[in-house]
This record gives sequence, structure tokens and C-alpha cells, in this order.
Amino acid sequence: MDNWKPTAQLESLQIRAELLIKIRQFFFERNVLEVETPLLARTTATDVHIQSLEVLSVDSVLDTKFYLQTSPEFAMKRMLSAGSGAIYQICKAFRQGEVSKIHNPEFTMLEWYQPGYSQSDLIDEVESLISAVLPIQAIPKLSYREVFQQQLGFDPHNISFKKLNSFAAEHIDVGAQQLSQTDLLQLLMDAIVVPHLPKNIFVYDFPVDQCALAAIKKDSDGQEVAKRFELFCSGMELANGYYELTDSNEQESRFEADKNKRQELGLPEYPLDSKLIAALDYGLPNCAGVALGVDRLCMLAAGYTEISKVISFTTDKT
Amino acid sequence: MANYSTSEFKGGLKVLIDAEPCSILENEIVKPGKGQAFNRVKLRNLKNGRVWERTYKSGESVEAADVLETDMEYLYSDGEFWHFMKTDDSYEQIAADANAITDAKNWLKEQDIYTVVLWNDAPISVTPPNFVELEVTDTDPGLKGDTAQGGTKPATLSSGAVVKVPLFVNIGDVLKVDTRTGEYQNRANK
Repeated sequence: MDNWKPTAQLESLQIRAELLIKIRQFFFERNVLEVETPLLARTTATDVHIQSLEVLSVDSVLDTKFYLQTSPEFAMKRMLSAGSGAIYQICKAFRQGEVSKIHNPEFTMLEWYQPGYSQSDLIDEVESLISAVLPIQAIPKLSYREVFQQQLGFDPHNISFKKLNSFAAEHIDVGAQQLSQTDLLQLLMDAIVVPHLPKNIFVYDFPVDQCALAAIKKDSDGQEVAKRFELFCSGMELANGYYELTDSNEQESRFEADKNKRQELGLPEYPLDSKLIAALDYGLPNCAGVALGVDRLCMLAAGYTEISKVISFTTDKT
Repeated sequence: MANYSTSEFKGGLKVLIDAEPCSILENEIVKPGKGQAFNRVKLRNLKNGRVWERTYKSGESVEAADVLETDMEYLYSDGEFWHFMKTDDSYEQIAADANAITDAKNWLKEQDIYTVVLWNDAPISVTPPNFVELEVTDTDPGLKGDTAQGGTKPATLSSGAVVKVPLFVNIGDVLKVDTRTGEYQNRANK
């Protein structure tokens, strides 16, 4: 019986501790304030592809349903609206059902916000952080449209569903399933595009259907795009950032759209975060924010391809 | 028949894909931070051996295939069918056709035990053990004492298979053969 032992390799614990010191040093030097926000809250992300873990409280004071946070985004945005200035947080985040070689339902997230930053300002800062903690320099940056044009030869913003469907069918067998335009783009991105890109790369300006909580703007070609970026390292999604949506009406309608889609798909419905809407109403400063997977950063630093090697005790081994 | 949801997918699971019995070899979960989760599944068609990948939206389900892998004793061939008997004392017999027997017919020996895959109780594939011992029924005469030098010659075995053997092998010798590569291993004379 040695199932009491940590899942992590002991040397990776050392690497993690060093990474955390370097990250804190990086933000200390840039005057970004470290904050903490609740992991347990009454509301949670409504994104249809992210499921929250529910916690029932039978406490006489707080007799309600709580959710383990899937990211500290809402609370940090409320801080920003209140005038916190630049902030960062290293915290645990929880996502139900996410178990794979590179997913654990409980994981460590680094999230930070920079008021006054554009998408490209924040991409540069993520690059600086990566260079400060990993032996990686000068990460190439390409738009979502460029990577699709380069690897697959079409413009992902302007391809008909029919064409995309027949194109995808040549590369990926999905049987008789009905997939959406976004599903097909994401499958092609994962299966064909990312594996052929440079090992480390920023991809920015996503299709509007994949906007999540990013602002939508026109790019230099007049194409409406989501001001969202991702950093891929060794084929893994390491960071996801936005030039943040600040419009409370737009935020409210995205919440409503998620709610309707959740109903349609038979997924649990979560209460809408009216306090976030109120904070946006009050005024979220123009800012850019990003979330980065710290466990995956440890994997890259230690040279492991499995997340279990860098997490002290993965959820299935608790 | 029951269904399996993607969350139940794992190596070894037998499923019905496009009306054909298949075995899941690998199941990889693909989940972008923002976006649909998928299961990328490596499958083997149990009838023709084809291995390929299919991607399922997480939450989809597929029909279970009534597939049973069982050890059976080879009895005889009537030219059209190859007859096997269960080893569970039921004496129950099944007849495999050419589609099921395929290359295994090269390595058949009466009373030897083979792995037979049954789909809805009908045989769809037969796998010989990794090594079989078969008698040489035809080959050029052996060169006495020539056990060290290289050089090979063809030899026909009792099953009909032709394998490359060292020059010293004679008719009547019993040879151990690797059925995965068709290579001669050694003489296994009593």
C-alpha cells in the first residue's frame, strides 16, 4: 500500500515553490497588488462549457447554495471597479468533470488585471513573465485568422458552415454528430492547427462566437473579432486573456444567453451575478486581464507531460 | 443493448460504431478552457482490424457491442468453415468462416487453444497464441551438421504455412514459430 504517497514528484514541489517566488517577485517589481478573493461564493461562471462544483451550506446564517469558483474573475472585477488598480492573485480554481492528463478538477490559477492595458500590452507582459520564469524568449504572436490561413488556408471568420463542415470531415472523423461552427473550429484548432504551430505561440483576435468575456472590436481589416488571446506552450493552453468587456448591458445579455443555452442543454442553471453587473454599471476601468495555469507552468518548468506529476495530491488520490 | 456515455469510455470497452463491433484502444479528453469538451477515441474495428480515431462531443453516447473474447480449441476444417469448441466443458461448437479466420488459418493445429472473438455469439476473429509448434511436412533435405552457418530455405508446415528455416531442418521436425511475425524460433522436437 503506497497510495498514501503524493502524486507529485518531490522535485516538482521544489520547482513549484521557486516558480511562486519568481511570480510574486515579478509582480512586486511592477507594483501589482496581490489580492485574495473568495473561493466559495453565491454565484459562479455561467459559461456553458464550465461546470461548477456546488457546496450546500446548512449553516443557520448562510443557509444557501454556494459554488467553488471556476476562476476569481468576477470578484477581481468588482475590486477593479472599486478602484483597486492593477491586481493579481494566485488561487485555487475548481471545475467539475475536468479530468485528463492535463486537467485536475482543482488547480492553481494565476490571474491578473492591468487597468489601461490593451490586449497587446498584456500579451507583452505575459511574455515577460514567461521569460522571467521559464527558459523561453521571444514568443511569436499571430492572429487566429493568420494561424488558420497558414495551416489550413481559409479565413475562420468568413467561412460558410457547409465549407467548414466538409473541410473538417477531411481531417477529423466525427461520425454522424451534429457540430456547430465553433465546435468545428475548436476541433481543427486543437487537432491540426496547434500541433503545427511554433512550440510556444500567442494567438489573438478570436472569432466573436468564442468571445467569452472579451470585448468585441473591429480589427485592422474591419472584421469584428473578440479581443481575446491564448498562449500555447508545447501544445498546451497555458494562458487565456481578454481586453475586458466593460459594458454592463452587454455583460447582462451574455449572462442571459448562457442561461438560455444552459436550459436548452439541460445543464444546471446558476444565479446571475447581479453584483458584477452593478460593478460594471458603476464603472470597470478599461483593462486587460489574463488567467494562467500554474500547474501547467510547473509541468513546463519540470519537463513533465502529466499534471499529476506536479500536483501534490490529484483529486482522485485524496 | 446498453449505451456507454463518453464519461464511461476506457481502453478495452466494446462498442458498436457504424454498426460494426469495435474496441476502444485509447480515450483522450480534449478540453479547451473556453469551449466544448471532446473525447478523442482510438478505435479498432474487431472485424477487419482497422485502427482509426473518432472524436466525440463529451456527453454523447454509443451503443455497447455484445462482444465476448473466449478461448476455444481448434477441431477441424471442412474447407468452408473452421470448427472450434468451447473449453468450458460445454462442448459447444462454433464455425468460423474465412472472414473470421483470416491469417490465423496459417497457424492452426488440432487441440491447440485459440482466442476467438464472438459478436452476438458469432465468431468475427480468431487469434492464435504468440507461439505455436507445428510439424514440417515438406522441405529440401537437411544438411547434416550444418547448425552454425547462416542460410535459410522454405519449409511447409502441417498447417500449410511456409516459413523460412535454417538449412538443418528436416521433414518431420516440429518447429516453434512466432505467429505475429511468421518467424522460425527453434526446433521443438520431443
